[in-house]
Amino acid sequence: MSTLNPASGVAVEHTEAHAHAEHHELSFLRKYIFSIDHKVIGVQFLFTTLFMLMVGGSLALGVRWQLARPWEFMPIFGSLKFSATGGQISPEFYTMLFTMHATVMIFLVIIPILAGAFGNFLIPLMVGADDMAFPTLNMLSYWFMVPAIFCFFISFLFGGGPAAGWTSYPVLSAIRDAAPGSGAAQTFWLLGVTFVGVSSMAGSVNYMTTIINMRAPGMTLFRMPLTIWSMLITAILQAFALPVLTAAGFMLLFDRFPFFGIHTTFFVPSGLVINNADPTVGGGQPLLWQHLFWFYSHPAVYIMLLPAMGMVSDMLSVHCRKPIFGYKPMAYSMAAIAGLGFIVWGHHMFISGMNPALGMTFMVSTMMIALPSAIKTFNWIGTIWGGKFQFNAIMLNCIAFVTLFIVGGLSGIFMAAVPVDIYIHDTYFIVAHFHYVLFGATLFGVFGAIHHWFPKMFGRTMNDTVGKIHFFFTFVGFNGTFFPMHMLGVAGMPRRYADPYIHPYLEHLLPLNQFITASAIVMGFAQILLLGNFFYSIFRGSKVGRNPWNANSLEWSTPSPPPHGNFDVPPVVYRGPYEYSSPLVSDRDYLMQTEYLSPEQEEDADSASSS
Amino acid sequence: MNKFWVGLFIVWPIAAILSCLISPAMGWWFPGNREAATQLGQQIDNLFFLILYIVTIAFIATHIALAYVLWHGCQNTQEKAWYTHGNHNLEVLWTIVPSGVLLFIALYQMDVWMQFRVEAAFPNEIQAAVREPIAEVTARQFEWRIRYPGIDPTTGHPKLLRPKPQPDDLYTVNDLHVPINRPVGIRLKSADVQHSFFVPGLRIKQDAVPGQVIPIWFEVMREQLDDDGNNIGYDLTCAELCGWGHYKMRGRVFAQTEEEFWIYLKKLHHEQFYDGVMKPANQSLIQKE
Repeated sequence: MSTLNPASGVAVEHTEAHAHAEHHELSFLRKYIFSIDHKVIGVQFLFTTLFMLMVGGSLALGVRWQLARPWEFMPIFGSLKFSATGGQISPEFYTMLFTMHATVMIFLVIIPILAGAFGNFLIPLMVGADDMAFPTLNMLSYWFMVPAIFCFFISFLFGGGPAAGWTSYPVLSAIRDAAPGSGAAQTFWLLGVTFVGVSSMAGSVNYMTTIINMRAPGMTLFRMPLTIWSMLITAILQAFALPVLTAAGFMLLFDRFPFFGIHTTFFVPSGLVINNADPTVGGGQPLLWQHLFWFYSHPAVYIMLLPAMGMVSDMLSVHCRKPIFGYKPMAYSMAAIAGLGFIVWGHHMFISGMNPALGMTFMVSTMMIALPSAIKTFNWIGTIWGGKFQFNAIMLNCIAFVTLFIVGGLSGIFMAAVPVDIYIHDTYFIVAHFHYVLFGATLFGVFGAIHHWFPKMFGRTMNDTVGKIHFFFTFVGFNGTFFPMHMLGVAGMPRRYADPYIHPYLEHLLPLNQFITASAIVMGFAQILLLGNFFYSIFRGSKVGRNPWNANSLEWSTPSPPPHGNFDVPPVVYRGPYEYSSPLVSDRDYLMQTEYLSPEQEEDADSASSS
Repeated sequence: MNKFWVGLFIVWPIAAILSCLISPAMGWWFPGNREAATQLGQQIDNLFFLILYIVTIAFIATHIALAYVLWHGCQNTQEKAWYTHGNHNLEVLWTIVPSGVLLFIALYQMDVWMQFRVEAAFPNEIQAAVREPIAEVTARQFEWRIRYPGIDPTTGHPKLLRPKPQPDDLYTVNDLHVPINRPVGIRLKSADVQHSFFVPGLRIKQDAVPGQVIPIWFEVMREQLDDDGNNIGYDLTCAELCGWGHYKMRGRVFAQTEEEFWIYLKKLHHEQFYDGVMKPANQSLIQKE
């Protein structure tokens, strides 16, 4: 509710003091490697996660190759590791492939690219702060990714990699003899997840503090862009859910190794004879791990989705030149998703053997979480409704987000229904569902966000034509890959099968799997366009000024790229971030959050927005 | 180009729906393109179709709306976009309608789930079947071990299955025989890691958790016959990752008439206790039938 005038003396004094503060030279190492500048850290996260996206993608192509040409020569993996068998991979290597595909994509791509890359880069810029609340902690949050990546990579050296799936259900993951990947590889996997957890926790503490305490004058909670709302809610989710996973990880480590004379059996019941080893002793309960794991990992699903929802809301509003449709319902529904997200974890365990009565409670809460998702979808369509836009790469990726999220959301209803889940649980229907949400929604949102905020990061734009071609092949390849997986699921094809065709009822699905693999290869190679466009544009893209999209939010009032300390004029916020096509200004269709209008005009604005 | 991109967002949902429509003809549908062979499975299929119809309506409606707003947005010749911050009535409408539909779906599912798993809600005959299981299935890397009760020499009928293994129990691997047209109970266990007992043709799935005995029941309504009329059984697979050989935990569930089932058990008894020297003591049991 501030009516401060940025032209007043106070603000100008501020500016000069600020200019002095930012004027100090840093060594290359402090500026680009061990930087405490949130923008550099964000870009570091972006480079790392884009590299990991390619790693995770090639692991996925390995999985697809095996399903299209089972036990035949596999390029790259086969020739590197299995030259003795003519490039034919082993079944334990297949389990390693999908385990590491999921691990890399979830822990090293999706979570860090949303919270790490875009959260870091955008939060201080969008709330009008000069940096994060705890810059050194922020630097550590990036550098804790390095031991995590190191642990995941080193786990390949032991027995071909961890092979218990990304969910690492005990007893398979608790007994070292249970599977080829359950030895040292599993230990390093657990350590890697723990390091990722430290990184996320450092980030989330920072995001919460920055968003709550460091907003510019006038930036009330309900003037924050939805991106910031989503980052705040995500950070809260992380902070509350992550300790449970970390604790569970340590419990599993203690089960696996007698540290300091402690040899626990939290998850291992007695009397199991695994792989002809001695019978286990203990009195643990494997379901305990599932409860702890999903208590984190279900909220984590929303950690992997909410920031993309927020960013897509902002991008749609900017590129449709329209205020967001239903700002408060959008913010409230994100909060509702986060709140409900804590009481739905049991829907991963409907057939796990937990008390069946729980299945019914979890079904109702899971059904209800579809409601805020539906509200958001309607509001996105409402935002596009009556807009005025051209199809650029950003717009296309955001529309893809909406249309693919609809599919992912609707297919979720099938597995929320317990009786139907009896049949489709752990089939390819599930695989189709979560790829529609995590790839179809989140990654398309991220592709859009890369194009949208690239000018702010590097001061240049990405090539729009190449972006559209990349979008086209990714979108077509994506649907060709994942939509038929619904049918595989209905046909009863279970997940994580190295060779489903030994089962008579799955034999006839080979051609469909080959089609899926061909589509996946198209989609995989299309990412070369993204990377090429990205790196070419860093050096050769056309230069832009502060506000290439004529957007309203605070980050566009800084130079591109913003200097150390971000704002040359400390921002004062007068209105929400979505005043596009406002009748208050006649010469243009945007009205920045920092733009001062006289009190009379403001009154008009208030009455216009409340009507 | 506008037409092209709007077209893409119209063509893809149509292609998605068409691919669903041709799925049954292409064999990309429920196993063997047949309805479930259990009554519970048929109810599951009906619930599946109910949800499928509801989401198809939602899918088509949202995509028509999306195509409409896209087409108008990219053709918008007005100077400025529509300046609106939303519509309270619309928000209320699209909160209440989906929540009603979702609650309906959730409540409508309860019965089938209670029938499948909630023992307190079982009818008497199912409670009896669960109390007196016909076999114990123990999942193990990477096979299904099946234990039937022994045969009572005086009556010639199978005994009751004891929780602890008995000396005259009968064992097979990957080969589960069950009588048809009556609820049968199974004790499901795991000897090592977690597995999941999945019979797609019967729509039955239940995790086998180490350290736990989980009762399951089903009532098969018909035999699975091949084209020549031979009973080929239903595929039994593992649906929970259990190690490198997860994919090859392949078994079969043969549903057969009560008499055939008893003959099978007696044959099993004969094979298991025939020592190759003496005339089998229980051969008379087989000839009795």
